[in-house]
Parts: sequence; C-alpha cells; structure tokens
Amino acid sequence: MVAVKLWGSLRDLAEGHDVVEVEARNFKELLDALVAKYPALKPQIDRGVSLAVDGLVYRNSWFTEVKPDSEVVLMPYMKGG
Amino acid sequence: MNFQSNTKTDFKVIGTRVPRPDGVDKVTGRALYGADYNVPGMQVGLILRSPHAHATIDSIDVSAAAALPGVKAVITSADLGIPEDEGLRDVQDNCLARGKVLYDGHAIAAVAAKDVATAKAALKLIKVEYTLLPHVTDVDEAMKLDAPVVQEARADESVPAGSGPNVTHFCEFGHGDLDAGFALAETIVERSFTTAATHQGYIEPHACLASYGNDGKADLWCTTQGQYFVRDLCSGILGIEGSQLRVTASEIGGGFGGKTTVFIEPVALALSRKAGRPVKIVMSRVDVFRATGPTVSSSMDVRIGMTKDGRITAAEAKLRYQGGAFPCGTVDMGAQAAFAAYDLQAVRTQGWNTLTNRPKEAAYRAPGAPMAIYAVESVVDELCQKLSLDPLDVRILNAADAGTKSSYGPTFDQIGLRATLDAAKAHAHYQAPLGENQGRGLSCGFWFNFGGNTSVSLAINADGTVGVTEGNPDIGGSRASISMMAAEELGIPYEKVRTIITDTSSLGQNDVTDGSRVTFAVGLATIKAARAAIQEMCGRVAKIWGIDADAVVWEDGCAKPSGPNAGDFEPMTLAEIAAISSETGGPIAGHHEVNAEGAGVSFGVHLADVEVDPETGSTRVLRYTVFQDAGKAVHPDYVEGQMQGGAVQGIGWALNEEYIYGEDGRLQNAGFLDYRIPVASDLPNIDTVILEIPNPGHPYGVRGVGETPIVPPLAALSNAVSRAIGVRLNALPMSPPKILKAVMSKD
Repeated sequence: MVAVKLWGSLRDLAEGHDVVEVEARNFKELLDALVAKYPALKPQIDRGVSLAVDGLVYRNSWFTEVKPDSEVVLMPYMKGG
Repeated sequence: MNFQSNTKTDFKVIGTRVPRPDGVDKVTGRALYGADYNVPGMQVGLILRSPHAHATIDSIDVSAAAALPGVKAVITSADLGIPEDEGLRDVQDNCLARGKVLYDGHAIAAVAAKDVATAKAALKLIKVEYTLLPHVTDVDEAMKLDAPVVQEARADESVPAGSGPNVTHFCEFGHGDLDAGFALAETIVERSFTTAATHQGYIEPHACLASYGNDGKADLWCTTQGQYFVRDLCSGILGIEGSQLRVTASEIGGGFGGKTTVFIEPVALALSRKAGRPVKIVMSRVDVFRATGPTVSSSMDVRIGMTKDGRITAAEAKLRYQGGAFPCGTVDMGAQAAFAAYDLQAVRTQGWNTLTNRPKEAAYRAPGAPMAIYAVESVVDELCQKLSLDPLDVRILNAADAGTKSSYGPTFDQIGLRATLDAAKAHAHYQAPLGENQGRGLSCGFWFNFGGNTSVSLAINADGTVGVTEGNPDIGGSRASISMMAAEELGIPYEKVRTIITDTSSLGQNDVTDGSRVTFAVGLATIKAARAAIQEMCGRVAKIWGIDADAVVWEDGCAKPSGPNAGDFEPMTLAEIAAISSETGGPIAGHHEVNAEGAGVSFGVHLADVEVDPETGSTRVLRYTVFQDAGKAVHPDYVEGQMQGGAVQGIGWALNEEYIYGEDGRLQNAGFLDYRIPVASDLPNIDTVILEIPNPGHPYGVRGVGETPIVPPLAALSNAVSRAIGVRLNALPMSPPKILKAVMSKD
C-alpha cells in the first residue's frame, strides 16, 4: 500500500481523509486506484494533477515508480509562464 | 563509457560568456518577427471587438461588409464549430465571442480584405445588436452572492456550497494545527492586501500569417512561446488533423507567459480557409491590452504568528484571484507558493478563483506566486519591525531547507534558499547606510520549475560541425545554452554548433516554452542526444581499430582507446570521424525524446533600497540586488539577464502598472502612455549574485531561472517604501497618489 497525501480541498472528495492508502506501483496505477476508491476525485484527476514522489514533482509520467515507503503527495497540475 | 552520468562538474564551455547567436540578427533588423512574414496574395485581417463589458449578442449582420469590394471573407463564431472539450471551447470563445461578449475588447467578428483601409471600412459595416448586462470587474465584488453573473454554472466540484455564482475554483493546502500554532505566538499580525492586474508588456504585439490551402493543408507563421501548442489548439478549433497544419514560430519579441495561448491564430486560419487566400493579422497595442491576457488581480488576507525571538509559529493566507471571464487555476499555484520559503509546523492557504468581466488571464512569469508571496513577505516584514528583529535573520531562522516539509506538501531535497539568504546577509548592500526618506526592503521568492515533453535532434555534419534542432522558441537565450551544452558534451568549440528552432512538422512534440523549463529540459535532451551521437562515433572508431566498442572512450572531442590494453591508436577527432561517416555507415546523428522530470525548485532573495519624495509620493529605486540559485549557470549573461528582467518587471508591478477600469467596465489605459512600465531612466543597475546549488535531476545541475526573479520585487519594494515613509502599505501598485495619501494619513 502507498500512502498518498491529498491537498486540503480534496479532503471532502475523499470521505474526509487527508491521507489515503491505495495499492499502486506507479503514477498511473495510483491515479486509477484513487478514482476507483474515491470516484469524486475523478473530475480533478481528469483536469490534471502532478505527483510528488520523495520530493520530486512529476506531471504526467505514468510509469514513475512509487514504493510503499515513498513520500507521495498529490498536487495540482503545474503551470508556468 | 558511462552515458548516464549525472555528475559532471568540470566544465570548459558551460559557465562562459560566449557571443549571443541571435545578437547580430536582432540589432541589424535581419531577425524575422511575427509581423515580418509576407506571401503573395496575402490579405489583411482585422477583428471587430466589443465596446461593452458585458452584453448578449442579439444579432450580427455581416452582409454589407461581405459585399464591400475588396473584402474576401467575413467570419463570426458561426463559422467555427463548438468543441466538446470545455477548455478548448473557452479558448475558442475567447477568440470569437459566442452568444455573449464578456469583456471590453472581446472579439466578435473578423474580416479579410485586400488592404487595411478596406478592412477597416468593412468592420464599420458589420451591424451588431446588443442587450447590455450588468458587469463586474472587481475581484471582491465578483465573489459576492448577488454579483452580476459572468458565465452560468462554471464552478468545479471544489467550490464550497453557498459560494457566489462567479466562484469557479477553490483550493486548500497546508499541514499542522493552526490554533495550537497561533497559541504559541507572542505577536500576531493579520493584514489584507490587494494587487492590480498587470500585463506582460512584451514589446512585440501578437502577429500571425495563415495560409489554408484548397487541399486542406495549412501553414501558420506566428509569434508564440509554443508552436506545438498553437498547432494543437488551432487544429482542434478548425477541425483539421495536426499533421495537416504546420506551425512555424517566428523570432519572438518577448512573451513572459503571455504567448502561451492563442488569440488571433484560429481567426486568421478561419479567414484564410474562407477567403482562399493567405491572411495576416497583427494586433495593435490597444488590442493587446484589451484582449490578451494580463495576470490575475487579487485580494488577500494573511495572518502570521511569531515568537519574540522571530520563530514563526503559525501562518495562514486566504487568496482571492480574478482571472477574467473564463475559469483558471492560477490561484492553485499562488496558494502552494505562498509560504514555500518557510519551515512551518502549522500552515494553511486557501484560494478562490472568480470570474469577472475582464480579458481571460494568461500566465505571467511564475503565475500566481508574486502576489501571494507579496502579501506573506509584507506581514513577515511588519512582524520584524514590531519585534525589532533583523528581517534577514528572521528569514534565515525560519528558512526551508533540505528535509523541510514544504507548505504545499512534498519534503524538499537540496534547495538553495539558505545559501541565497546567507549571500544577502554577507553582501555589502545589506550593510550600506540609508539616508533620510530612504528605506530598505527584502523578500524571498520561489518557483516550482518543471520539465515536460521535449524532442531534440543533433546532426554531426561531414565537415565536423554540429546542427542541433529543437522545438522551443528562444525567449531567454536558450539557443546559446543549448549550443553550449552540445559543445560541452561533444568536446568541440561552441562556434562549431548552431541550434535552430524548427516547425511542428520537423520534430516530435515539444511543450510550450514556459515553467522555466527549456534550459533544463531541452538541455537535458541535447546532452542525451549528444551522448547518443558519441556512442555511435565510438562504435565506428572501434570498428576501424578492430576493437570492442566499450574499449573506446570519448575525451576532449576525440575517440581514444580506453587504456593500454585496448591497443595503441592515435585518437580520432570528431571532425575526422565525421569526414569518413559515409564510408563507416552513413550520416551520424543523435536524438532524444523525453517527458523530462526532475526540475529542481528555485529560490531567490531580493534587496531593494528606495527613496520616497514625501511631497509628491514618487518613489525612486536607488539600489537593487538579486540573489538566486541557478543550479548551474550555463551562460551567466543570460542568467543575469533573467534576474534583472524579472526584477524590473516586478518593480513596475510594485510601483506603477495596473489595469484601470471605469464605471462602464471599459479599460481606461490601454496603451504604454497610460500604463506605465519602467524605462531605463527609472532604474538603477540591477546587481546580481548567482548561487550554484546543483540540481541532481540534471546532468550539469541546471535549474530553471526564468520565473523566480519576478516573485520577490513586489514585497521587497513594498517593504522598502513602508520603512521609508513609516507607514505599512497594503495595495499595489504603490503609485505616487497612494503613497502621498499614506504619508499624509500619518501626519
């Protein structure tokens, strides 16, 4: 299981949880598992999210590995100018 | 030989100040900008814009315009489909209004005619009937429950029940127990702030030339930060396949985030399709102000608690951003960035985005961060004043560092904030004496940086020179940096490499030039492409020598035997290998395609000295120093240029720049005479100090540097002015009338 820290405004969409646990080996599996467990997260995930794994922020990379002991933080999709 | 090395530190080309490859073209007028493209049979495209802030379009009659001799096409939104994708639909509706006009300057119709005079005459013949609607341009007014509704039902699922009808997005970040944190504080300061919308102020207006053939193949030349993104948006709006639309980016006269979307390009293509002729559109400066993206304006509340020795115990911010007439997510970035410089046990930021009857916001260097950090750094500075603490010491005491759980979630790896603070503390600027009516301010700044989709091709020419082909418009010196990285990796002189930016049909996908990504991501791909070419060259030399490929190494631009056991062979230079490439297997090239990840975050610290004239409220910037972590400065001139440019734009944002709307909801100052950006005579030399804390995610340690420097100036200037006049200011811009009012209120 991977513990995923959600940002605060997703809490209500994840049954009040700040941190949720899902079975996943990579970014894509993690997103799929989040949507399966908390369908209310789907609109935000469809709009785009980033994932911070052990401090490094990834925007789209499905095959980025996540491990049970990784620090995993869901973030909005990064934008820049 | 290790082709995955990420540890290079001994450089020969990187870190030098080689000549700019675009310099001669730009100073002699040879460079081709968006408006410089011309083709036979080209028509002039002009756009009719709304004179109203908010109105329904009851009817549009284009018959008289279309019948005018010399007019080849007239289009409205009816000439385009309605995209299923909501985001694409918003882009299209911003380019040509559908049903309603949502802001002063919103495009309604467009004509293509033989010349400017005919096109202008045709615009006057278009009859539009409107029903005026109530409008709202102020962020706080727009958030109210009874505000005029800009667009119906645009809130996403994040918006709390009971919010106003214009609120489209809500976000929250943070950790820890705020109540417990504030209970530990010995002093708490809570303040409210506002910032005005500002424009990116690029010198080159938007311009494009579209040629849509009868066979369905189209070409577009335009000024943009991302030709691939333009292709994707335009092909979606026009309903054509991406392969049939080739987009070529011109030389660019500034973008700063404002050229990361489309405004006129789909219109020009639609006109060309209907006219059967090429169509060129060049925006006027007035239209650039009225209808392209300024940044968001904001209204913010910040509360911070501190112990008497300067430790922050809790911090909270509420950010309200308006991004014009369409939803945007910019407040997400501001809410994450607000407290990134601090190591906090209890922190929370909340953000709301609301619609207004203003143009759709576009990115502007570190979108969303400057205003949020302005509010936070202003309160930190006020706390330092109240507690008689040194503002740099307080930043150092509370600074985020490796291992800090950031205010937006992830734990930081190696970051350069403490190094920049220490450098500022040790700098002579910080100790320099100040005179009467003078004040010194400082602020930290932060930006995330990212990588993204990148494709690079690198060709070893038969004469021993090298061509690098990449797909990101050069807005900050990237052609020089890319050539330098290729030269460094290949071990050849910089002058042997030429980097060009190609069109969408010639290379794989490249994301927009934004997010301070290009030197990091394109540089990374260039290094990997060079390594692929080296691997090929070593393999060929191994065959010539009759030894194993792994017994050949690449050093100083030559293939060499890896050691005495590999054999006794004279090294072969790149030029020697290239000269016989035809005989050894054909052309030699390397390429690399990647969705680059691993961009390191960037921190900066700015020091500003100002003098305020107490009789006029006018502010003069006396001295300004920028300290920033660049990871590794590939070309220090360009890094310094980014630091100076960001500081100057931030100074303008702090002191003078603002979108001013009248009671009628119309923009009052759509031009550089009334929208005042800093000019050289307004500014001191901007001193720069580059720190180099290598980013482990890049082979040379590079971090993006383009966005961070616009973040700190707002608070640095506000803190300096506040200290100079003895009154805390809480609204930008700090134009002379506002400062004078504050000075007089003190008396």
